[in-house]
Amino acid sequence: MPKVNLSVDGKKIQADKGAFLLDVCRDNHIPVPSLCHNEALGSDGRCRLCVVEVRRGNRTRMVTSCLFPAAEGVEAITQSANIALVRKTVLELLWARCPESDEIARLARSHGVSDVRYQKDNDKGKCILCNLCIRTCESVVGVSALGLSGKGPVKKVTTPFDEPSETCIGCGACAFVCPTGHIQMWDKEGVRNIWGRKFEMAACAKCGTHFAPLYQLEYISKTSGASMDRLRTCPDCR
Amino acid sequence: MTQSSACCGGKGGDVTVDLAKVDGIIDKYGRDRAGILGMFQDIQREYRYLPKDAVAHVCRTLGVPLAKGYEVATFFKALSLKPRGKYTIQVCLGTACHLKGGPNVIEQFERELSVKTGDTTADKKFTLESVNCLGACALAPLVRVDEKDFGKTTPGTVKKVVKAF
Repeated sequence: MPKVNLSVDGKKIQADKGAFLLDVCRDNHIPVPSLCHNEALGSDGRCRLCVVEVRRGNRTRMVTSCLFPAAEGVEAITQSANIALVRKTVLELLWARCPESDEIARLARSHGVSDVRYQKDNDKGKCILCNLCIRTCESVVGVSALGLSGKGPVKKVTTPFDEPSETCIGCGACAFVCPTGHIQMWDKEGVRNIWGRKFEMAACAKCGTHFAPLYQLEYISKTSGASMDRLRTCPDCR
Repeated sequence: MTQSSACCGGKGGDVTVDLAKVDGIIDKYGRDRAGILGMFQDIQREYRYLPKDAVAHVCRTLGVPLAKGYEVATFFKALSLKPRGKYTIQVCLGTACHLKGGPNVIEQFERELSVKTGDTTADKKFTLESVNCLGACALAPLVRVDEKDFGKTTPGTVKKVVKAF
């Protein structure tokens, strides 16, 4: 991979050409906030929280660092009055959308947003439409049980026809990856509840703990070829 | 696929889908996933809405996850997952029509037909919807039923419009 020379906050950095600025910053221990970025899934440019200023020659512009490729001579700034203003605005809007989210509230307060001036939504839950759950379900789990529906103010993440999905394996990866805790999942008496569906949990053959939905184990067995006997023992006892 | 009549709030009235017909539509687009929108449009023309079973069948045939097909089906206003009426009543609520009393007209339609905006009457005759400008502001407030226009409507003329069909 060809290397390029750039600077972030005045620090000279060598990076792979085309690597996204956000990854370059984090590799070099320069903190940049973000909600929709995930190491395993890459960038999607949804949350707009990772904005930085990029100067090339005499021009400065605001870019989403998660989608801006590193190039020779780029001078990036991750902290400035302008950036702070944009991030504050983004967070205030997200907070207005998700007033119940503790994570958004925490982030907003830490960026100096004390209150929301806009009308608060009460029908969006904690979802910021970052797409992480959908991308996880599609490219990590491989079942695509989740998708968006509608557009504009009624756009939301859901299962097809808002009904319990037949392809969902109950793995809970969507709930795990969700940055705001919007997706509800709970295990009770050996049954997992998620997206309106109930999954019977498998009890570990050795310790008896209900550790994963039976349906998920069958799916793993089918796709990886691992035997059900092996999968029926929880990872701690294997 | 389970046969369910309660599809996305559409209460009953789901038609039985002729899968052979749907297959014909899929073939028309070369069984290519890029043609999914065209397929949905053709199915919509056939049934006046997108039956759930037809959406599922298209997705299954094309190897597209149902969640993705549902994304397409819900994104476009031209596609409807709820059964639609024989006639579509569009009440214009663009700027001119809005100022000239469009909201009163649509309210009167809601009362007259006992439906909410966006819904279909129980007898499947009318679907009531609001639109944002039909481009005939001189006739405000304008009501369009399928291809027929009714200009300068008032709550009083609503009955007449409904009776015309």
